[in-house]
Amino acid sequence: MRYSGLKILKESLTGHKGWKPAWRSPEPQAKYDIIIIGGGGHGLATAYYLAKEFKQKRIAVLEKGWVGGGNVGRNTTIIRSNYLLDGNEPFYEFSLKLWENLEQDLNFNAMISQRGILNLIHSDAQRDAFTRRGNAMILNGADAEMLSTAQIKKRYPFLNTEDARFPIKGGLAQHRGGTVRHDAVAWGYARGADLLGVDIIQNCEVTGFKVENGKCLGVDTSRGFIGANKVGCAVAGSSGRLMSKVDMRLPMESHVLQAFVSEGLKPVLPGVITFGAGHFYCSQSDKGGLVFGGDIDGYNSYAQRGNLPVVEDVCEGGMAIFPMMGRVRLLRSWGGLMDMSMDGSPIIDRTHIDGLYFNGGWCYGGFKATPASGFAYAHLLATDTPHKTATAYRFDRFEKGRMIDEKGMGAQPNLH
Amino acid sequence: MIIVHPLLGPRDSAEFTYLGDASLIDRPDWQSETAASEFYEYQYLRENPAGLHRELWFHEAGDRSWLVVTRDTTTHEITTVEMARDVARARGRSK
Repeated sequence: MRYSGLKILKESLTGHKGWKPAWRSPEPQAKYDIIIIGGGGHGLATAYYLAKEFKQKRIAVLEKGWVGGGNVGRNTTIIRSNYLLDGNEPFYEFSLKLWENLEQDLNFNAMISQRGILNLIHSDAQRDAFTRRGNAMILNGADAEMLSTAQIKKRYPFLNTEDARFPIKGGLAQHRGGTVRHDAVAWGYARGADLLGVDIIQNCEVTGFKVENGKCLGVDTSRGFIGANKVGCAVAGSSGRLMSKVDMRLPMESHVLQAFVSEGLKPVLPGVITFGAGHFYCSQSDKGGLVFGGDIDGYNSYAQRGNLPVVEDVCEGGMAIFPMMGRVRLLRSWGGLMDMSMDGSPIIDRTHIDGLYFNGGWCYGGFKATPASGFAYAHLLATDTPHKTATAYRFDRFEKGRMIDEKGMGAQPNLH
Repeated sequence: MIIVHPLLGPRDSAEFTYLGDASLIDRPDWQSETAASEFYEYQYLRENPAGLHRELWFHEAGDRSWLVVTRDTTTHEITTVEMARDVARARGRSK
């Protein structure tokens, strides 16, 4: 069933009785060609591109809870491609281009809004660094513009540009960046994959892998054994827990990152603003809430909730740069699990076990990568070679000294 | 989180900074034949358990001692706090 304006009109005249579930709830088959573990954004996108771009058949997505119940429904919805390094920027720009065409591709309204993102600059050294970043973005086909303090004051008159510690000296803007309705991304990919014949199996937790003679033959699940020629993991914060079932130690730690939303306001904030020096960034949702966040709590956690010191720290950062927030009431805060890789960059690679593939280590930046991650992972699963934009995301880069230290940050919490 | 410091009693975790898995105490021997791969594993690979986790905390805003805290990563409940130097000496370090 395709969604269209005409369909809405027809349904509104007939009591909305013709809508059907957006995807099926099939029973798991005994064997698939490819099993994706994890029904989040990355797993569903992988299944979708496997079926659509790489013409693979007999694909299943196994999700231990419900589709979109993890980080794809917990992030702060920002998309951007303002990276610096060669290993990263082409990949994220590829992702942003996929975002730009995603709604037409999926026939699903994901409320993609390219309202722009601004990184604030507070010193000459930072201006040099951001100028270099902007040039790297342009060289890779992205857009970037350096804004002066006067331009920023005009566009964002509410910003505190005179903060004694962090006066605003300019900013790096990416006008094609923006926000997306994150749940709709999971739902859109789930529906798209289902229409192409992918089985999305919810409430099906993987409890182990069947490995014989160095080859993965399938997975044990809470709904029984399911065989597969290839198994791809895409479970974000639970990566360590899942891969420990095949005795793999990963170059990552799971941490908790909190996010926040205020009560609904009239439109006050055009675009996304990041105040990296103060560990704070903010955008305004279409419902009006200020959506903001900061840094990880800084200790290993699988609890999906954080602690109060970070709430205070993030709100202090917000008050320093957005004094207008002072009267706004916080509506909700929540936490998600970040698979913090040791250099802050992801892994999309084969494992030492034949037929077992891994996608993870997205740290707190996985949402914007969803389409490209799915595409590149599908490429790897279908062809056994990395996608041209994801050749650097290998397991062995730590051993070989080829880290992608975009900001020199990984799990090491004292770097935050 | 409240960390019950063995010397100072209950302290707010905000007084501490966090380093990570307590296995970081077991620094490999740099003269070993396989030092390169041992240091790779030591520096980059983690057990990252969901459950009890022994980890290093530094009392930066306090007495600047290192502690080994045993904490459940699924509930944040802290069960044991030891002085890191006692743990390291018990493992044969810094005799």
